[in-house]
Amino acid sequence: MRRLLIWLPLALFLGFIGLFASGLFKPDDRVIHSRLVGQPLPVFSLPAAASDRPALSSGQLATGKPRLLNIFASWCVPCAAEAPQLEALQKAGAQIDAIAIRDARPDVDAFLKRYGNPYARIGLDARSAVQMALGSSGVPETFVIDGKGRIAHQHIGDIRADDVPMILEKLRAAQ
Amino acid sequence: MIAETGLAALWLAASLALLQLVLAFAGLKGGKPDLLAAVRPAAVAQGVLTAIAFAALITLFMRSDMSVLLVVTNSHSMKPWLYKFAGTWGNHEGSMLLWVTVMGVAGAAVALFERALQRNAHMATLGGQAAISLGFYAFLLFSSNPFARIDPAPADGQGLNPLLQDPGLAFHPPTLYLGYVGLSVAFSFAIGALLTRQVDAAFARAMRPWVLAAWVLLTLGITAGSYWAYYELGWGGWWFWDPVENASLMPWLAATALLHSVTVLATRDALRAWTVMLAVVAFSMSMVGTFLVRSGILTSVHAFAVDPTRGSFILGLLALYIGGALALFGWRIGSVREGAPFELVSRETMLVVNNLLLTVILGLVLIGTLYPLMTEAFGHKVSVGAPYFDRIAGPIALALMVAMAAGPLTRWRKDQARAVGKRLLIPLCIALLVSISLSLFAWGRIGILPFLGLVIAVAVGVGSLAPLWKRKLLRTPLFTYGMVVAHLGCAVSLAGMACDSAFTVEKLVAARPGDMIQTAGWSLRLRQIIPIAGDNWTALQADMDASRGGSSVLIRPQSRFFASPPTSTSEAALLTRWDGQLYVVLGEEVEGGRWQLRIWWKPFVTLIWLGGIMIALGGALALVGRERRGWLLKWRAREARL
Repeated sequence: MRRLLIWLPLALFLGFIGLFASGLFKPDDRVIHSRLVGQPLPVFSLPAAASDRPALSSGQLATGKPRLLNIFASWCVPCAAEAPQLEALQKAGAQIDAIAIRDARPDVDAFLKRYGNPYARIGLDARSAVQMALGSSGVPETFVIDGKGRIAHQHIGDIRADDVPMILEKLRAAQ
Repeated sequence: MIAETGLAALWLAASLALLQLVLAFAGLKGGKPDLLAAVRPAAVAQGVLTAIAFAALITLFMRSDMSVLLVVTNSHSMKPWLYKFAGTWGNHEGSMLLWVTVMGVAGAAVALFERALQRNAHMATLGGQAAISLGFYAFLLFSSNPFARIDPAPADGQGLNPLLQDPGLAFHPPTLYLGYVGLSVAFSFAIGALLTRQVDAAFARAMRPWVLAAWVLLTLGITAGSYWAYYELGWGGWWFWDPVENASLMPWLAATALLHSVTVLATRDALRAWTVMLAVVAFSMSMVGTFLVRSGILTSVHAFAVDPTRGSFILGLLALYIGGALALFGWRIGSVREGAPFELVSRETMLVVNNLLLTVILGLVLIGTLYPLMTEAFGHKVSVGAPYFDRIAGPIALALMVAMAAGPLTRWRKDQARAVGKRLLIPLCIALLVSISLSLFAWGRIGILPFLGLVIAVAVGVGSLAPLWKRKLLRTPLFTYGMVVAHLGCAVSLAGMACDSAFTVEKLVAARPGDMIQTAGWSLRLRQIIPIAGDNWTALQADMDASRGGSSVLIRPQSRFFASPPTSTSEAALLTRWDGQLYVVLGEEVEGGRWQLRIWWKPFVTLIWLGGIMIALGGALALVGRERRGWLLKWRAREARL
């Protein structure tokens, strides 16, 4: 027993070294995908984030038609960069709702005024609680929600112009 | 020439370290005193040479010598002198040079000033110190040469990350490194003790001042870093559980445990193997921390040198030193005799409880920090954030605080449970009173952890003064005061943390010049937004009058823009009052000429850092007290002989 205890630290340490080595030589890929893809949305109800758009709750995302749920924030620069693509998606017929993360209403209003407002509803997630529940690790992210309120697809990072057809395809597939 | 002098000094120091290592172990093995006689001069010369190399790098930065690659990539001739100076260690190579300099100077100090240790153990310790230094010299010289030249030399440098352009940079990294690397002395002591099989009270008494000194500096470094992040990052938070913060917290936890177990070993000759293990773990945690920061293996806001080659080099050093030390421990500790036994109710037991709780927190922080790495090895990706650490480490830390109040009130060797309970009566009553009044005034408004935190902080604060109760204050030894001050500091700091999370008021507004804002008893008037220019930045500054009934004070939050490298930072305006801090950040302009302002009122938040300073001061008092007592005893012995 005593012998075992004496050698235990060394054994533990060798385990750590193996772990470090494996982490060090692994290809660098730090994208964290939500484990909720294919699962129903968590239940939530958020207050309105903008003065001219209604509030958002999870029930309103299960309308029988697939929708996009965009996670953004007025303080986020890539979110401003993806605004034209969201605009294009909306023109192509996508219904887009949004959750503003760690934000305040005057800021969201200013952001929408400056970069355009493609959203039907916007919920305010002041402490990232819903974002965490969704398994989203940053802004911007966009979820494809099918008609029954299940997460069909998660797009991490800003939507580039060449991502738009892919997102539309995912929306069609979620029908 | 200066760069070449620095590089030559480094190579010489590395060769001396090799010589020191060989001399020490050949001398010990063969029993040759003439070989051993050269060990101490070698250690001292090494310390001087590393100091010369470091001074050379500082000179290069101060002169903005753009023929040196490191200066080009991290400095700019227009930078204020303080940041040229501090910029020396605001980068990978410079900070590693600071690391080996501290190690070399600490080795020289051990060679010069260590008198309590038996000669063989002293030589083995210096040999151990040389062995560790050697690895870091190799790292510096082969993969991170700070003195590399660039040809042709560019006209000017690329500048220093503006977040680092702050007086905090001049103070935080050096103190932290002094603490980190100071722990290498304890590590070498442990190696020396294992090699010579001398683990006893005398060993503990010799090691204690070195541990105390490193711990004091580490405490100061962490406190300074926390305050720096608090005011510079502009988020209003003071601890983010970022991997790099954890990397500094883990050695501190281990060193705190070591500090207490070394006292048990010095006073009662118990906990021998455990103390040696902690001495190994403390510096190992420093090295693991450095590895985590320097390899970029964990994503962190501090990861400024992402480089797998350097990562593998440090990993090799880790495997060699920590693995070697743990193997030596396994091999030799069986032959160390069991220490003295003690009763269940005794100061020793309380200190074991302290050690266990500290070790559990250390383990949990380590697991939380490395968990993303572990799950990644199995194909899942997760990130571990503040909720885990707060929920897991918080309650244990509170239990530790309770043990901290009880420990000093328990007698060494053997005590009565009832007597201890009696001594704890006053703190218990106070805890009860505080919980009742808090429940009456703030029930439902504050969370359970801040609630318990406040109760325990007040009770422990009073309890920590109890060791002075009914004692002659002038005859009480200085190190007892040290303990009291340090424990009181823990309570003060806890009170600050609990108040901050329980009572902080946050307000976000968009205001036009002339607008009045009311929050948490303060009235703020936005006077104007004006552009101003500094040495190497321009800024938009909000002039605001803040008042709380009486006369108003001008505060000036800024949003700064740096040209090289192009970045912007926000300089929060802090207004410190006895009962808290007003923290104002200027954001962007929104439509209609209005400006975003984020305002926090944080009651008693400054106690967090005041507590940290008190903890360090307590450590310093203990250090001075113990040393002074040692001199006095020696002096009296000499008098008696005459």
